[in-house]
Amino acid sequence: MQRIKFIARKELYHILRDPRSLMIVFAMPVMMTFLYGYAINMDIEHVTLAVVDQDKTADSRDLVSRFYNSGYFDRPAVAPDLSDIEQLFRSGRAAAVLIVRPGFGSALTRHEKFDLGLVIDGADASLGAAVQAYTTALVNQYQIDKLPIGTHPPGVFISRQVLYNPDLKSSHFFVPGLLGVILMTISALLTSITIAREKETGTLEQLLTTPVTAREILIGKLLPYVVIAFLDGALIVTFATLMFDVPFVGSHLLLVLFGFIYVATALSLGILISSVTKTQQVAMMLAQTTTLLPAVMLSGFIFAIRNMPVPLQAISYIVPARYFVRIIRGIMLKGASIEVLAAQAAALVGLMVLFMFLAARKFSTRIG
Amino acid sequence: MTERVVVDLDHLTRRFGSFTAVDQISLEVYEGEIFGFLGANGAGKTTAIRMLCGLLLPTSGGGHVAGFDVLTQSEQIKKSIGYMSQKFSLYVDLSARQNLEFYGAAYNLDRRTLADQIAALTQRLSLGEFIDRPAGSLPVGWRQRLALAAALLHKPRILFLDEPTGGVDPVFRRTFWGLLYQLAEEGVTIFVTTHYMDEAEYCNRISIMHAGRIIEMGRPFDLVRDHGAANLEDMFINLIRAQETTGATH
Ligand SMILES: Nc1ncnc2c1ncn2[C@@H]1O[C@H](COP(=O)(O)OP(=O)(O)OP(=O)(O)O)[C@@H](O)[C@H]1O
Ligand SMILES: [Mg+2]
Repeated sequence: MQRIKFIARKELYHILRDPRSLMIVFAMPVMMTFLYGYAINMDIEHVTLAVVDQDKTADSRDLVSRFYNSGYFDRPAVAPDLSDIEQLFRSGRAAAVLIVRPGFGSALTRHEKFDLGLVIDGADASLGAAVQAYTTALVNQYQIDKLPIGTHPPGVFISRQVLYNPDLKSSHFFVPGLLGVILMTISALLTSITIAREKETGTLEQLLTTPVTAREILIGKLLPYVVIAFLDGALIVTFATLMFDVPFVGSHLLLVLFGFIYVATALSLGILISSVTKTQQVAMMLAQTTTLLPAVMLSGFIFAIRNMPVPLQAISYIVPARYFVRIIRGIMLKGASIEVLAAQAAALVGLMVLFMFLAARKFSTRIG
Repeated sequence: MTERVVVDLDHLTRRFGSFTAVDQISLEVYEGEIFGFLGANGAGKTTAIRMLCGLLLPTSGGGHVAGFDVLTQSEQIKKSIGYMSQKFSLYVDLSARQNLEFYGAAYNLDRRTLADQIAALTQRLSLGEFIDRPAGSLPVGWRQRLALAAALLHKPRILFLDEPTGGVDPVFRRTFWGLLYQLAEEGVTIFVTTHYMDEAEYCNRISIMHAGRIIEMGRPFDLVRDHGAANLEDMFINLIRAQETTGATH
């Protein structure tokens, strides 16, 4: 116990002695939250949409005005040349073009099926997906409003792909998940370099000639970072709720509790990485690749896990972010209770124990 | 006098892949002895010391340190030895005192003992002036004294010093060796590697290592006499030359 305390204290000295790194530790997650959060927020507002209205009826004009009044789409600054859409996209004068061919108004009154043309600048895949989703939603809403109640909408559809939450407020849905992703990558990065650094500088060699055990070193190194990563988490949650206007309907205390568990799990993964790598650079790369991509792709942050191929679903069980994304969304958006989330938290604890166990087995008290 | 063996090696060998860094070395070191481990760069000195300190597993052969088996009892060995690595390996961003406190805890010293030991070693190694400065800011000679202090905190029976005076001026080296003599008189066994021939003369016995093997061992004076050399340095150079020419004819 005594030794764990001293290792933790020494680690804390290292952190505090280096204000520059400490700055980065706190500034980087805030920056990431700002950039990614802002990027996510931007894709649902102010997409420049050019319209080719060949129908020129009251109905088509009504539809078009709905697009521009939705808040998601803007008119191009100058009337664009629609003969060359590619050029239009390349020059950045529009990101999407809506084409209403002749006959739209009459098809609507006859309740007939009709195709709308939508051309999207695919360079930004997420923007493209968003535009499709909003267009679908707007057109559906338009039909519901126009047709008598009880009439089955004849189906004017553009895309069945719905990537976003139904109320089109993507920031609500994404920002909590984003926090989970950022916390994961930052935490794992923090601890991944601690042991590798001591291997590089040679201080580990000296330490290993003392009777300190692997377990004492690993736990001692983990502890101070739990505090740091937790403060990081508190900072970005506060920042994100203020900045992106995300609701926080659940219990703060519960998020604190589960947040602690989550960062400890992420840090344990970093410790595991650190005990199997020899240099800080490799450790950092490994921390990046094992956290960022899985946390983004396999956590349910963007893509629903149940729609994934089975092997990917299986892998997602060892991705800590999978559990935390549900926890943080549950708490912030739905006010979920501890009973509802206990299973997720238990899974996190299980992963933490697994990571630390593997780290203790892999960490060698010998060198070379 | 009956001498107790505190380090004995029996054909200790370490290979890295197909390269043999330490090749079947056998030797005995007695209690209270200063044993010099000489050899050119890359001879295998550090590799041998690492095996003795439990940092590296031998590929074959074995040995005992403080009565414990180097293959199976590294835990016990670690409690009885102090180690100073060739490269300064304390924490440069921690103060000298924080380093000592940390290592004291690593050796499980209780608070009182630790405080007493830090005070005693600070006094003995004249570290007082530097004790609250970051270790990385100390001049080289003082760093090495600090490293020695850290290795002595738990009053080890055996000290392994890997080139403890590398890059230090002669005056500093002289006082450092004065300290080693005192320790040896107190019964501490000192196993030390060096490049400096004048330091080799201070040792009770030396071994000369070349390409992983021990090619000569004995008291410095006896070795010089037996080889009919003018001094230790000549003997060392002749020995290595002879080895290299026989090596070349193989
Ligand atoms: N981990 C390792 N992997 C591969 N080769 C190694 C390793 N450690 C040492 N060696 C090699 O073993 C040989 C002996 O190295 P060692 O460090 O023991 O020599 P040394 O006598 O201490 O030399 P110096 O006086 O330069 O400190 C060298 O050729 C070195 O390159
Ligand atoms: Mg060496």
